[in-house]
Amino acid sequence: MYSEKVMDHFTNPRNVGEMPDANGIGVEGNPVCGDVMKIYIKINEDKIVDAKFQTFGCGAAIAVSSMVTEMVKGMTLDEALKITKASLAEALDGLPPQKMHCSNLGADALHKAIADYRSKQK
Amino acid sequence: MKTIYLDNVATNPLHPEVLEAMLPYFRELYGNPLSLYEPGIKAREAVEKARENTASLINAKPKEIIFTASGAEANNFALKGIAYANQNKGKHIIISKIEHHSVLNTARFLEKSGFAVTYLPVDKNGIVNPEDVEKAINKETILISIIHASPEIGTIEPITEIGRIAKKKGVIFHTDAVASVGNIPVDVQSLGIDLMSFAAHQFYGPKGAGALYVREGTRIVPLIYGGIQEGGRRAGTENVPAIAGMGKAAELAKSNLQKRIDHIKPLRDKLISNALKIDKLLLTGHPDQRLPGHASFVVEYIEGEAMLLLLAAKGIYCASGSACSSKALKASPVLISIGIPSHLAQGSVVFTLGQDTSDENIAYFNETFPQIITRLREISPYAKGWEGMEDSSCTVKK
Repeated sequence: MYSEKVMDHFTNPRNVGEMPDANGIGVEGNPVCGDVMKIYIKINEDKIVDAKFQTFGCGAAIAVSSMVTEMVKGMTLDEALKITKASLAEALDGLPPQKMHCSNLGADALHKAIADYRSKQK
Repeated sequence: MKTIYLDNVATNPLHPEVLEAMLPYFRELYGNPLSLYEPGIKAREAVEKARENTASLINAKPKEIIFTASGAEANNFALKGIAYANQNKGKHIIISKIEHHSVLNTARFLEKSGFAVTYLPVDKNGIVNPEDVEKAINKETILISIIHASPEIGTIEPITEIGRIAKKKGVIFHTDAVASVGNIPVDVQSLGIDLMSFAAHQFYGPKGAGALYVREGTRIVPLIYGGIQEGGRRAGTENVPAIAGMGKAAELAKSNLQKRIDHIKPLRDKLISNALKIDKLLLTGHPDQRLPGHASFVVEYIEGEAMLLLLAAKGIYCASGSACSSKALKASPVLISIGIPSHLAQGSVVFTLGQDTSDENIAYFNETFPQIITRLREISPYAKGWEGMEDSSCTVKK
């Protein structure tokens, strides 16, 4: 059902945990639906220097979270905002069609975390 | 990697003796049971011998057994066949909210075709109250169909009591006994039922073999029209190897039933008592009135599919009723019916033991299961509780 890459990121997720000194936090999803993703990012001079996540959800949701936190490290905010559901799924060698919407919350959570950071800068 | 199969409610491995009983009908004894020469006669004898053994398992007469291709077909047949045979008497059917999809969706189909259906609630243990059945009966009621045992929560329903009410009120009573026949003693006489669905692959028989018990004298409209097979009630050339396998599996189940229960139940009890030591883990279904090999839980703060896959990576195979683990992406209606909130239903996990489950299997499981839970809780944002959870309904487009 899942690609090897999904299984790898699901069984050995990277960047798990809270980040006490995060300057952007984004949450997407609802446990009633089955998936919730919380993304923490640390930004220094418009660049994401660190990212972590906490996720309640299925294998796909955990793999997506792990992948998005890996991808964004070192990206500028504008680059990170270009990450989409599709590019995340592609990076994981695809997701089952039924998981594309409900479990693929990484991009939305990331965009919320960036918005959170920007709102605090004003 | 050593694998431990704890999903016996999904299906059982084929018993080696069952396979042996089937093989001749794939090979030299390939005749059509309707043919009048020797190979046909041999095939017919096999079908009739299987019918005797299958009937004997449930204390029925051979002619009360109609072979089908699955438990789902038997359920469809029972509901549609009785509804259409009795629609002149009335058009009301009673089922429970925790029926298998093959009963639930057939009832919905009949609803669209002009029948009225009452969906009875269950209590927190998943039990249908027989008084509710009695109250739901009206002069239009032609059929009551209540599941014997739930594959999802293991609960065994008070079928004898409901059967008594059905008889008193003169309403035909069907039970879906797919999860129970071959796993606990099932006697159609003492249960007081008129129709019962069951399937061979739930008791070490082959897939593709099921049966509907129809009490002598009960009129039923066929689901499949055609030739005179199964007394004209189910057309189509018999699946002789599968039927022979079902007969053998029934024979083995009958002679080994108590032994199987005595083996499985203490292991299951060990599994449950160990699991209940885990914080924020809840047993679903009835604590005692449940299938002997069945253990089902909801685990808070984590999701069932993730649990299932991490357990599978450790060689342990199980099931889940979470939305993510279902193709339909919907939380199990059974868990919702017993009052489990949707976010907790996501943490559903079901373990069902079989005759091959060993002491060592359970010891390994008891060691592994808490590790998986800890690991997923470390990832979960709710590890410290459901704080910040919006208590809303799911609006994600699926």
